[in-house]
Amino acid sequence: MDITKLTITKIQKLLKQKKISALDVTKAYLARTKKLDPEIKAFITITDELALKQAKKIDDKIQKDQKIGKLAGIPMSIKDIYLTKGIQTTAGSKVLKGYIPQYSSTVYQKLINQDAILIGKTNTDTFAFGASTENSGYFTTKNPWNFDYIPGGSSGGSAACVSSSMSVFSMGSDTGGSIRHPASLCGITGLKPTYGRNSRYGITAMASSFDCPGPLANTVEDIAVITEVTAGKDPLDATTSSTSVPKYSKLLNKHKLKGLKIGLPKEYFSGSIDKQVKQKVLETTKFFEKQGAKIIDISLPSTNQGIAVYYVLVPCEISANMARYDGIRFGQSKKDIKDLLSYYLETRGAFMEDEMKRRIMIGTYALSAGYFDAYYLKASKVRTLIKNEFIETFKKVDTILAPVSPTTAWKIGEKIDDPLQMYLADVFTVCINVAGLPSLALPCGFSSNNLPIGFQLIGNYFQEDKILSIGHQYQQLTDYHFQKPKL
Amino acid sequence: MSSKKITPSQFKHIAKLAKLKLTKEEENKYLSQLSSILDYFDILNKIDTSKVKPSFQVTQLKNIFRQDKIKPSLNQDQALSAASKNKNNYFSVPVTINK
Repeated sequence: MDITKLTITKIQKLLKQKKISALDVTKAYLARTKKLDPEIKAFITITDELALKQAKKIDDKIQKDQKIGKLAGIPMSIKDIYLTKGIQTTAGSKVLKGYIPQYSSTVYQKLINQDAILIGKTNTDTFAFGASTENSGYFTTKNPWNFDYIPGGSSGGSAACVSSSMSVFSMGSDTGGSIRHPASLCGITGLKPTYGRNSRYGITAMASSFDCPGPLANTVEDIAVITEVTAGKDPLDATTSSTSVPKYSKLLNKHKLKGLKIGLPKEYFSGSIDKQVKQKVLETTKFFEKQGAKIIDISLPSTNQGIAVYYVLVPCEISANMARYDGIRFGQSKKDIKDLLSYYLETRGAFMEDEMKRRIMIGTYALSAGYFDAYYLKASKVRTLIKNEFIETFKKVDTILAPVSPTTAWKIGEKIDDPLQMYLADVFTVCINVAGLPSLALPCGFSSNNLPIGFQLIGNYFQEDKILSIGHQYQQLTDYHFQKPKL
Repeated sequence: MSSKKITPSQFKHIAKLAKLKLTKEEENKYLSQLSSILDYFDILNKIDTSKVKPSFQVTQLKNIFRQDKIKPSLNQDQALSAASKNKNNYFSVPVTINK
């Protein structure tokens, strides 16, 4: 039995039957990480000592027949934007190199409380700004399916990590597609929950009205188990919802495919979409039709404005959020500077990466005197239109099916000098964030050069249970999610 | 390349507002990149929003209050542990105003 090929439910069963120990599981994943990560580079920090210590503690509990957590003995990795008390958290940026947080993010704490085992902190574009991990202040993560290609981003380290079985699951964040995009490009499953479903507390802020922490894993079933643990109201994040958290893992067969109404938005199948991606995603509609679902052609006309709305509003929020990185309370700073203004200018100039500076500049410009109405206010109004189109559409359909990325993974270096081209990679994901809806990305095939292709099931607000149920039934009858790169 | 939307002097002003010291090389690069990004935003002007209200958040939350009670928090040592410089249990910064 290869332990690194098991799901959460399977590992838990074997642990409870005492057929394997948490230490066996942890050692197997750490050994794989040690072997593969020097080339794939998914991790910024590997927490092997801590992982072994945690595993021993869990085995102790099992030996003494004490109650164990819902994620006991499950090796996980976490995007390096989640604060982890006592463990370096860099946000993929030189700005926070060496920063040891004094407290933990709520989501990480909830996972640890359920006895999950931290293997390490994964690479990301600096502060989650990007779609390839090439904007990381440290290094670029490679796509496990082909090392010449990017893994997608910004949670690219997390996606590569799960795809290459260096952890059972990983926590990422999705502000404009940063969970779904790399999940899709690495052939795994990822959930962007409804805005406010998972707490943002203790996660470095990118755009506060968009940011959504969420999981990347091998199966929808695993995603359901993790989301049961992480979701819910958090007094430390006032934007979390008090909507009750369903037992997602018990509802996976609840929403029958027969009679299900699936909307197919024409705007997501035109323009820059690659032929093979389009073909594979459309094949999934044939699958659902065969299972008795109804495919309904729909239109979301404001989709074409999505990228512009997103790349106005998000840099505005970024420019405000990044103001805190002044080198005084945390982060790297320039030494021996005589006055405060120079201290700010020199510190921020020296340690912030290109994409960070670019987005701060766009946001500062759009919010500066005389431009607020033309950019921020205008984009906020189009945001209303995008949101309303979804609300109207969900009166007619149960879910919306669409591609995740217009293309498969691209070669490392291909788009790095053209930020606008990089932004356009988010064309099919950003509108969901603009509206704050949940969306589940799933693998659905491969291109002719053997790179994964994914699709997404977009749900109505707080209907994670429904899209997880549809996705789970898809995975019960297909095996794309079991296909792994040969490493 | 110069933009119709953002001139080099405006660009310098924005960098100053954002407290960013940029090299000449960065200035040239970002100026042209920002220019094409801002041009792309013109797509928004094709939409009539004269009767549309702006959305600043999306899940209909309103006025989240909490009790104003003192709860456990970081002590001074913890709060200062990541600071670049501290003095007498305070964050220490360079001179703010010169006499």
